[in-house]
Amino acid sequence: MIGEKPKGVRAHLPLAYPALMLAIFFIIPFGMMAAVSFFHRQPGGFYIPGFEFTNYKNLYTALFGRTLLFSIFVAGLSAAVCVSLGFPFTYFITRMRRRTQVIWLVFLMSVLSLSEVIIGFAWSLLLSRTAGVSNLLVWLGLMEQPKAWYPGFAALLFGICYLAFPYTVLVLYPSLSRLNPALPEASQTLGASPVRTFFTVIVGSMRNAIVAAFVMVFVFTLGVYLLPQILGRPRHWTLSVLITDQAIYQTNMPMAASMAIFFMFVSLLLVALTMAIGKGKKI
Amino acid sequence: MSKTLRIIFLSLILFLLCGPLIVVSGVSLNAKKRLFFPPEGISLRWYAELLTESSWLIPVQNSLTIAFTSSFIALSIALPLAYFLWRYRVFYAKALFTLGISPFILPPVITALGFLSFWVTIGFYGKMGATMISHAIFFVTLPLVTISLGFESIDREIVEAAQTMGADSRTVFKTVVFPMIRPYMISGLAFAFVLSLNEYIVAYMVSGFTVETLPIKIFNSLRYGYTPVMASVAVVFVLLAVIIFGLIGRFGDLPKLLGALGPEEE
Repeated sequence: MIGEKPKGVRAHLPLAYPALMLAIFFIIPFGMMAAVSFFHRQPGGFYIPGFEFTNYKNLYTALFGRTLLFSIFVAGLSAAVCVSLGFPFTYFITRMRRRTQVIWLVFLMSVLSLSEVIIGFAWSLLLSRTAGVSNLLVWLGLMEQPKAWYPGFAALLFGICYLAFPYTVLVLYPSLSRLNPALPEASQTLGASPVRTFFTVIVGSMRNAIVAAFVMVFVFTLGVYLLPQILGRPRHWTLSVLITDQAIYQTNMPMAASMAIFFMFVSLLLVALTMAIGKGKKI
Repeated sequence: MSKTLRIIFLSLILFLLCGPLIVVSGVSLNAKKRLFFPPEGISLRWYAELLTESSWLIPVQNSLTIAFTSSFIALSIALPLAYFLWRYRVFYAKALFTLGISPFILPPVITALGFLSFWVTIGFYGKMGATMISHAIFFVTLPLVTISLGFESIDREIVEAAQTMGADSRTVFKTVVFPMIRPYMISGLAFAFVLSLNEYIVAYMVSGFTVETLPIKIFNSLRYGYTPVMASVAVVFVLLAVIIFGLIGRFGDLPKLLGALGPEEE
């Protein structure tokens, strides 16, 4: 029964509905967006079908370039922070008893499911003048007066890392939990300290997993949309904000679509590039 | 030495992850309409407002309806696909699987914009049904991955045994396969439900101006000034997630669902 070839139309029946749903509601929307990116914009309203590269040519502006670079920079930085903190963290979790692991995982899943808006709100409170950490420091006598630490780049980075950290752990979890416990044991029997074992044996044998996690987290954080608006200043707005602004507030769908298509290619390219670097190092 | 270091590191991370949640819960208890931490006076009035003020109640209802419907639609797409892929390993089923995973991997704004152009073109822009279907497609990844994991965990000998005893494929599915993948279906459903509740950009692009979901409502009210109600919404969301994932952790095998190998021998 399992592994055979499906025979006839009837055997394919279970596939019909999922295929139809994904085709209608995912492929067609995607195709439409790609088509719209070549359409001609009617100023002050909608667009008319056409085939022109104007929208792509219009991408060549300082604002778009700067926003794209900033998005990549902030995503890369936060992915690096998350992976370097998340890797030892996940390793420690996977070495715990199964029951303790479940508690940590439930906690991480709950934080992961939090909406960007809630995380942004929580951090804006934490960094605010009336309810923030600075009050604690004043109370401890370390500061003169409470002050607001947002909006700003550091606040944004904190928020994004908070958003992406549980995701990082979950991405690293499968490979780290399958790590053979004999490996670190052997290294320690041979006289390496736990810290040295961690950096040489565990990090070394997990290099592919680390690169893959970096890529996943990078793409995940490329998509932040609300945090830059809540915790950052306008110059910290990412490409997602720019695209939404074009689509909704400027009602320039062709422009937004061409940005989105370009954004997709850039993300795919960066993923491919990072993968290639990861592979190259191994040889 | 290294054990102390490990405990310090883990506590630090725990503290950083908890910090915002603690402040938010504290703020939600303020007696006056101010955001102080520690709270000034303790009251639960902001929780009551969440359940009585229609400006908050409607988004709550919208979010729950959308999350409930879309997670079931996502499940209905994922189940036959995962089943087909498990039973017949053919390339076009694998291609569909990859397609089902992709909305989750690309930056969400891209998928959201695709949905926007689609719903505008066919004239369903701004309808709740559009948000439901969009969320279902956007989150189909979650039940797809968990159910596929469930199928993988079925011992093929059991299926063969059932067939040897004379069961046809429908009976095998009903009596053997289905009970074994049910826990995976439930967790996939729960993941999709919780994430749909918290999703912003797709809901906003597809019908943000007409169907206000809770995340949209919170973001809109952030612009007009903060109120402790927002903090109480956040607390409710965290609690809901803890309960749902806690139940999965209690009755299911969460480490395995998230990719660890079989149960630990004890």
